[in-house]
Amino acid sequence: MKLTLRVWRQKNADADGAMSTYEVDGISPDMSFLEMLDTLNEELILHGEDPVAFDHDCREGICGACSLVINGDAHGPERTTTCQLHMRSFEDGDTIDIEPWRASAFPVIKDLVVDRSAFDRIIQAGGYITAPTGAAPEAHATPVPKPDADFAFEHAECIGCGACVAACPNGAAMLFTSAKINHLNVLPQGAPERETRVLDMVAQMDEEGFGGCTLTGECATACPKGIPLMSITGMNKEWLRATRKVSKR
Amino acid sequence: MARTVWDSTLGKKTVMAVSGLIMLLYLVVHMIGNLKIFFGAGEFDHYAHWLRTVGEPFMHYEWTLWLVRIVLVAAVVAHAVSAYQLSRRDIRARPSKYVHKRPRASYATRTMRWGGVILGLFIVWHILDLTTGTVHPGFRPGHPYQNVVDTFSTWYGNVIYIVAMLALGLHVRHGFWSAAQTLGAGSRTRDRALKTVADVLALLLTAGFIAVPVGVMTGVVS
Ligand code: HEM
Ligand code: SF4
Ligand code: FES
Repeated sequence: MKLTLRVWRQKNADADGAMSTYEVDGISPDMSFLEMLDTLNEELILHGEDPVAFDHDCREGICGACSLVINGDAHGPERTTTCQLHMRSFEDGDTIDIEPWRASAFPVIKDLVVDRSAFDRIIQAGGYITAPTGAAPEAHATPVPKPDADFAFEHAECIGCGACVAACPNGAAMLFTSAKINHLNVLPQGAPERETRVLDMVAQMDEEGFGGCTLTGECATACPKGIPLMSITGMNKEWLRATRKVSKR
Repeated sequence: MARTVWDSTLGKKTVMAVSGLIMLLYLVVHMIGNLKIFFGAGEFDHYAHWLRTVGEPFMHYEWTLWLVRIVLVAAVVAHAVSAYQLSRRDIRARPSKYVHKRPRASYATRTMRWGGVILGLFIVWHILDLTTGTVHPGFRPGHPYQNVVDTFSTWYGNVIYIVAMLALGLHVRHGFWSAAQTLGAGSRTRDRALKTVADVLALLLTAGFIAVPVGVMTGVVS
């Protein structure tokens, strides 16, 4: 396949960026999108040019490192991560626009790499449980009802990629934050911090400068892990409950 | 406590949902009341007078009406201020646009903001037109039937009113369902029912309110 790529190039956080056009040839439909970018970078290096910086790690759809807004869609046209997107989703001769996640809470570091440490700080605010360290506890020591386990697991699937923020017209991190809160708040292990978790994580999310939710649903459409929009409803419910409980103390 | 709620995006959204639902409840009652216009000047004017005497003898003349007005003004102000502040925040959170444009499903959001502004302007005009009569040539206090007929005998009266009521329908359609999510009342099993209720409410309100100018235009009400 032969493709025209229009890629966002930006030297560093302070520089102005712009779209640059490149041609790549010899792309196999079986390549992943990232392998296609590797091919471009090898050529750029051969020509003594600066390779395009982009985030990646596991390349198997589980770590959440890869990003990219491809033709206006976070993670591209398929509902998966960019590393799991294959070139067969495109046609020979296509022009493909590649841009970084856009949100003021996710500033661009270089080219297609953005700083997602705002997510780390939201997790630090309450996305954990307090447990004694040591050997793993006996699996049956704390029974979890099956529907709760399923609910927790559905939300635990979030890999923290940030596609939800990139897709949201308000740059909101509601889907990410709600996935984490719902995951832990439904489990007995998460119960001791149930109120502080939601209050602190939502406060940190606001602190980071993410926008508010207008329930347009772009986040859930973009999410490679299928975190549902209703997850945000669940977070709202937990937040209202915690606000009532804490105000009574 | 109140401070932390107001400072939070979720708190402001809760204020917006509660104030929106208060206005919605009022509008349902208001729409039903308006339909009395189809039963003649006697019944309509009598109903308008009754609005001032509700709650007597416990309440003094017009006390109940003023109570409702105060709650409504508070709701409009709370709703508009939180909408404004949240919208400002949303725009700041997403300053640079994508170069590659694609149609976004944010139609609802955009109509919520512009629709909201239209509704806000409409509320001001509506009060000056039919409550105080400030912008209403030949306004006669205590004769609401005649005043309504006058308003809808002008082309601009009809246009302003009908545009605003269409905006209201769209606003309620997304707003009612949104409020359910904001208040944590939505769920997967309840989603279809909530969306249906939102559609029915939006349709009934818009049709019910628009029936009045259409009635005047067609001569059914004169
Ligand atoms: C002063 C004029 C108004 C303005 C500026 C305004 C603006 C807005 C905005 C910007 C939203 C948020 C939209 C979103 O989240 O996508 C909203 C939501 C809403 N509005 Fe209004 N609106 C106005 C009047 C009304 C009226 C008259 C009603 C009564 C039916 C109403 C009911 C609602 C409801 C129920 C919501 C949903 C709240 C939520 O998202 O949780 N609004 N409004
Ligand atoms: S909710 Fe989905 S889109 Fe958002 S960070 Fe988690 S996996 Fe990525
Ligand atoms: S590189 Fe790990 S999810 Fe894509």
